[in-house]
Amino acid sequence: MIYLEEPKKFRVLIHQARQVATEVFRPNSRKYDRAEHAYPRELDMLSALMDGMNQGGSRDAGAAGLSRASAGDGKIVNGANLSTVLGLIELCWGDVGLALSLPRQGLGNAAIAAVATEKQKRALAHCWAAMAITEPGCGSDSAAIRTTARKDGEDYVINGEKIFVTAGERCDHVVVWASLDPQLGRAAIKSFVVSKDNPGIRVARLEHKLGIRASDTATLVLENCRVPASALLGNPEIDTRKGFGGVMQTFDNTRPVVAAMAIGVARAALERCRELLADAGLDVGYDMQRWRVPAAIARYHELEAEWEAARLLTLRAAWMADNGQPNSLQASMCKAKAGRVGTQVTLHCAELCGSLGYSEDELLEKWARDAKILDIFEGTQQIQLLIIARRLLGKSSAELK
Amino acid sequence: MPKRRRDLQGLGLAMLNRIAGSPALEKLHLQKPAEQALFQASRTGFKVASLAGRPLQTVRKLLEPARLEQQRHEGLFDLSLSDEQTMLVESLRRFADERLRNSSADAESHSEVSEETWNAAMELGLCQMAVPEALGGAGSERSPVTSALITEALAWGDMGQALALLAPVSVAHALADWGNAEQQLHYLSAFAQESPPDAALALLEPTALYDPERPGCRGRAQDGGWLVSGEKSLVPLGPFAQILILSADLEGLGPRLILLEGDANGLHCRKEPAMGLRAASLGRLKLKEVTISAGAIIGDENTLAQAVALARLGWCALAIGCAQAVLDYVGPYANERQAFGEPISHRQGVAFTIADMAIEIEAMRLLLWRAAARAEQGMEYRREALLAYRFCADKAMQIGSNGVQMLGGHDFVKEHPVERWYRDLRATGLFEGGLLL
Repeated sequence: MIYLEEPKKFRVLIHQARQVATEVFRPNSRKYDRAEHAYPRELDMLSALMDGMNQGGSRDAGAAGLSRASAGDGKIVNGANLSTVLGLIELCWGDVGLALSLPRQGLGNAAIAAVATEKQKRALAHCWAAMAITEPGCGSDSAAIRTTARKDGEDYVINGEKIFVTAGERCDHVVVWASLDPQLGRAAIKSFVVSKDNPGIRVARLEHKLGIRASDTATLVLENCRVPASALLGNPEIDTRKGFGGVMQTFDNTRPVVAAMAIGVARAALERCRELLADAGLDVGYDMQRWRVPAAIARYHELEAEWEAARLLTLRAAWMADNGQPNSLQASMCKAKAGRVGTQVTLHCAELCGSLGYSEDELLEKWARDAKILDIFEGTQQIQLLIIARRLLGKSSAELK
Repeated sequence: MPKRRRDLQGLGLAMLNRIAGSPALEKLHLQKPAEQALFQASRTGFKVASLAGRPLQTVRKLLEPARLEQQRHEGLFDLSLSDEQTMLVESLRRFADERLRNSSADAESHSEVSEETWNAAMELGLCQMAVPEALGGAGSERSPVTSALITEALAWGDMGQALALLAPVSVAHALADWGNAEQQLHYLSAFAQESPPDAALALLEPTALYDPERPGCRGRAQDGGWLVSGEKSLVPLGPFAQILILSADLEGLGPRLILLEGDANGLHCRKEPAMGLRAASLGRLKLKEVTISAGAIIGDENTLAQAVALARLGWCALAIGCAQAVLDYVGPYANERQAFGEPISHRQGVAFTIADMAIEIEAMRLLLWRAAARAEQGMEYRREALLAYRFCADKAMQIGSNGVQMLGGHDFVKEHPVERWYRDLRATGLFEGGLLL
């Protein structure tokens, strides 16, 4: 039965996340935007609290809880995918950079949850795993990865350079994409969990960025980095027919998560904008008449409608994952929509608020900077559109380039 | 008036014929009331029809209006359709595919749904589902979500014909939701009959910047009633509607919904053909001092706003069906159409446009479903309805335009149906009323 409200069972979780966002993230938001690369110590305390939260309201909220439900007895499930998305919207309403720096909530954790065996999951239960895909010579075309993993006895030896690794410095593990054999293309690309203790891996550099400055973005170098065979996630065989499936499967779960981040930031901008409009004497109402409302209100409605659209698409993708329904298409749709809406909403809210939207006295300018990355990482707008179009039109990547 | 449509008198006489010899009437002591009703109803057949059709229930229910049950959810976020909804959508989709899609060009050129299609649609029981069982209908629960699904499925076949078919259904919904016992007795039960009356909800007026909550149609108080004057624009089935629910600003009361019979004195209607939706037989109503009594008022001071909101959701549903038709059409076309030695779908400029259509259609549907589900649960839904309407209006127009763009000159010359959908979709966002969920 169609019902698209936040489920009652997640009220506690949503409330807790909102408290964290209000009491911890917001007060530190500007501080770590200015002090780029400084470690937000406040988060250590928080992560202890998060562990408590996970044991309370919803046990498997967060990146590590993301996994695909098996199609069950036909009962509707509101599970970890939905609760994670709902919780993250709240956290990113507080600060998306800080949310990305939450210990043990890395995208690598989501990858582990999606494709690791039970044994691997147990071994990596309390790790903080970053995700390392992009290289200097390849971004969206992950198939062009140059990093190699050479089999040597029972081990793999990894060599290569990874850039744009979110939480790459602060994490304790990294999920590294590497090719078993660059001649064999996509099918040979596997993901490996590498401990940061490993002498073969080091942080070479931290980036300076447009936004999400509270989150560290690292360049990692892997030189003869030796890992045991058990570090490989998923199937070690190279199945050229199945191609990219294994590693790409992660994205079905993580794209709604990144979409949720965009929704959280955009809501922050909408809410503050609404307050500032009220200060200026314009109250946002929902009257039926459309044409006699001030232009600012009409624009606000338009932005709010776009935001609501992105939000519902995202909740849908998460709901499908919770209910064991294949959602690759819907995951890409929500990421595409939320990515562009996040930027659109935050930039327009800055405009509506005039100098307050641009000045560092308010956070609106920061949110507009933070939002941009969310239309880029975890698959750019254009990559999402390619995925969606290929699926709708039944095209291969060779046909629709 | 088209010959397929029985007028009120005809309907009443047909019913009279059926009940005249009914032993049940006498047994239930209803002969007298029925005869009285017949006698008083010199002009309208409905009073006869309703009394005759369901004598027992109507008499019993006379004291309180019959409402459809409100739905109850389990508190979980849920995107699944019930089994009944799935079956309903499937059968309507088939009907839309086999009947509406094939007859859309004809219906457009005749500015009317053919008798054959009309009867086939009514046999599906669309109107009956809107009428509570107590009044002889088949309806049990009130579900704007189900209405949204029905509307989308029909509009996928043809938006203009869907509007025509849903116009009487919407009047039935309005009577079921807001009508008092007497209004239901006299009018609503007629919608449970085999051949429901032609009826429409007329809210739109011929003025720019029209605000549906402040109708220009006005009622001047006189002798305890009102003399209503004004105009209503683009009314579906307008030229032959037998029952009209329209908005008017009544002196002393403010904006209200009122019910008129199609042949009321002072009410005139002419055809008002428009850019699209021609199959809906759009008409311009002119009211010149039409006399109404307090008994003609539907609902209370809040009813008009609710009707406007539910009507806007109806337009969202129509737009979604039609936009989905565009997407379903241009996708295969882009795969077949060759240019520069390969299908045009191999170009990002084409493929991304189609991907965007798909994203926005999904979003339109979710916005509508959220608003409709809130309405269904008795929750506040003004904000959600406004956002859905606003979003659907923007995207529907864009999808219509991009649809024709994908087909290029071939569609501009009416080789393909997309140019009609372009015209139909433009109605979203400017229409008020006509149908409601």
